Amino acid sequence: MITQHMLDKIQDYKMAKLNIVEALNLALNQEMEKDDSVLVLGEDVGIDGGVFRVTEGLYKKFGKDRVIDTPLAEPGIVGTSIGLAVNGFKPVAEIQFSGFIYSAFDQIVSHAARIRNRSRGRFTCPLVVRAPYSGGIKALEHHSESMENIFVHTPGLKVVIPSTPSDAKGLLISAIRDPDPVIFYEPKRIYRAIKEEVNEKEYTIPIGKAKVAKEGSDVTLISWGAMVRECLEAAEKVEASCEVIDIRTLKPLDIDAIIDSVKKTGRVVIVHEAPKTSGFGAEITALINEKALLNLQAPVKRVTGFDTIFPYAKMESAYLPDERIEKGIREVLEF
Amino acid sequence: MPKKAVFKGTIEYLQILNEKGRLDERLMPSLTKNDVIRMYELMVFSRKLDDKLLALQRQGKIGTFAQVKGQEACQVGSCYAMKQEDWMFPAFRETAAFLTRGLPAEMIIETIAGDERGNKIPEDVNCFTYSVPVAGQILHAVGFAWGFKLRKERKAAVVFFGDGATSKGDFHEGLNFAGVFKIPIVFICQNNQYAISVPREKQTASETIAQKALAYGIDGIQVDGNDLFAVFKATQEALKNAKDGKGAKLIECVTYRLGDHTTADDASKYRTKKEVEEWSKKDPIVRIKKYLESKKYWKKEDEEKLLKKVEERINEAVEKAEKIGMPTREDMFKYMYKEMPWYLKEQLEEVKDAGNGSK
Ligand SMILES: Cc1ncc(C[n+]2csc(CCOP(=O)(O)OP(=O)(O)O)c2C)c(N)n1
Ligand SMILES: [Mg+2]
Repeated sequence: MITQHMLDKIQDYKMAKLNIVEALNLALNQEMEKDDSVLVLGEDVGIDGGVFRVTEGLYKKFGKDRVIDTPLAEPGIVGTSIGLAVNGFKPVAEIQFSGFIYSAFDQIVSHAARIRNRSRGRFTCPLVVRAPYSGGIKALEHHSESMENIFVHTPGLKVVIPSTPSDAKGLLISAIRDPDPVIFYEPKRIYRAIKEEVNEKEYTIPIGKAKVAKEGSDVTLISWGAMVRECLEAAEKVEASCEVIDIRTLKPLDIDAIIDSVKKTGRVVIVHEAPKTSGFGAEITALINEKALLNLQAPVKRVTGFDTIFPYAKMESAYLPDERIEKGIREVLEF
Repeated sequence: MPKKAVFKGTIEYLQILNEKGRLDERLMPSLTKNDVIRMYELMVFSRKLDDKLLALQRQGKIGTFAQVKGQEACQVGSCYAMKQEDWMFPAFRETAAFLTRGLPAEMIIETIAGDERGNKIPEDVNCFTYSVPVAGQILHAVGFAWGFKLRKERKAAVVFFGDGATSKGDFHEGLNFAGVFKIPIVFICQNNQYAISVPREKQTASETIAQKALAYGIDGIQVDGNDLFAVFKATQEALKNAKDGKGAKLIECVTYRLGDHTTADDASKYRTKKEVEEWSKKDPIVRIKKYLESKKYWKKEDEEKLLKKVEERINEAVEKAEKIGMPTREDMFKYMYKEMPWYLKEQLEEVKDAGNGSK
């Protein structure tokens, strides 16, 4: 949330130390100020400021017609946002937890993703659907899953997942300005875990561009969301030079960044929280095989969540990739 | 051709024991002294368990949970009207309903402590598991109750949900199916005035929630949800009608969530202290206690004895829940399917040496 104090500080220093929640809030603030057609809709996003406080202060500043507490109905939120988007607005729809997006899946998959194509470009759907996702906070059932790949698998959508405050801000602004529907998943475990200098000015980070989070030469770790941090930590623990790539956008994927790194290291570990079977790691593996098989010195290794239901709190740490990442790195190194 | 009305509907409001302690004898359902005492004990137990759980949550010993506080009459009154063979379908706030149906308190605590073994409801307790996704359970309850009808069993289902849930398609589809197929089910909407921060007026523009039933061709009634007798009577009648083949009923219990939405929420952000104080005066437990006292059914010693018994039982439940320890890693894999497929076996093999769930 952005307090006056923080705004003053921003004016003074042009940079502010923000966590992901605050960076997202700043992005929404700036885009709403700049463009009247940007709306925020969702459950508890208005008066309450959102259950994770991402929309805090917006209701007061922009009023009830632009920051809208909706009835409790995800298909309603997304479906009406589609209508608003087609009619020239730029809705940023919040789904309170990604685990509750499925009833709106039909609206996203059957409509949002197809409107441009269906109407041969006559109608478009510049919609952002934001949702906190993934595990690590010992939440109730349905509050911890990582099902991003169902959207990656859907033609017509873009899928963005930031892992740092400055990326969160720049990518959300890009998503809002994007002419097509963007699924914007936020790793809630690290919502407040990292603070970093975030540029006060509005800026964008292009959708479709990965980031080398750490340079290295022996092995490439590919990840996104909260797992990027785990990869960086694992990289410190192994006796090898690891390159860590934060893909940031799952669709469209920055394949060049991946292939460049694979050509350098010849060894790859892909880390995601999502279940292994048909997870996005499988797609990346296939792409590497198609485009750089001969550069590989070991089979691509996946370290992932299990093909189980995400467990309740007591078993959460058993589910999430942890020491298994280091083990995976050693495995490809020793191949 | 003159225009004419093709539909007219009214919704009744039922209150038997009001907040001032005035009882409408003509409406009083047939309940023995022991019945009322038993229901009172269940409400007190639920309230004290809530308090205990809140304390444990604040100490970091258990996870996020939703308190019942203020809604005890809705749950105890309705479940007490059920027969053992009927089935209860909860949302996620139904601690008092579970207790009334006979679920051991330790299981409720285990679940909230993040242990899925608490969800394995005993064979003789006819309740389904929690549904965290709002409103999903409504359709399951309709389907389950449909089964009673198809098998010609004299049973019914009772499903709980909140005011917020009535905005979801699942609610409307559930009522519609129940109407079309005349399904023996009782829909209990605990209208506690809020869905997290969103007040009831912003949830629906209709005057009552009960009237939504009429659009689906089923009965609807609004009752004072803080009046144990009204909830009991409405549910008892609805269950009888359902079993007599007269179809479903929607009961809107007008009540109030005295606590935060869950332990992760801070309700002071969106509602006033004064509002909470006003509703506290309508506390369903206080109302029944006064009733019992006025009837000379309940003395100070009875209350003391009850509180002591409740405390002991709750402590015992907490102890039992703590004693079960950590589940094994296999616990995460073995209930996925009847037969474990190769890929799960492989994944389990990878981590099984890591022991239980703790790091
Ligand atoms: C489908 C779905 N969307 C959002 C949520 C998050 N959420 C949990 S409870 C709740 C409000 C529920 O309100 P209501 O139905 O009135 O029940 P109450 O909490 O008041 O008992 C919300 C939005 C959810 N659990 N499920
Ligand atoms: Mg409610």
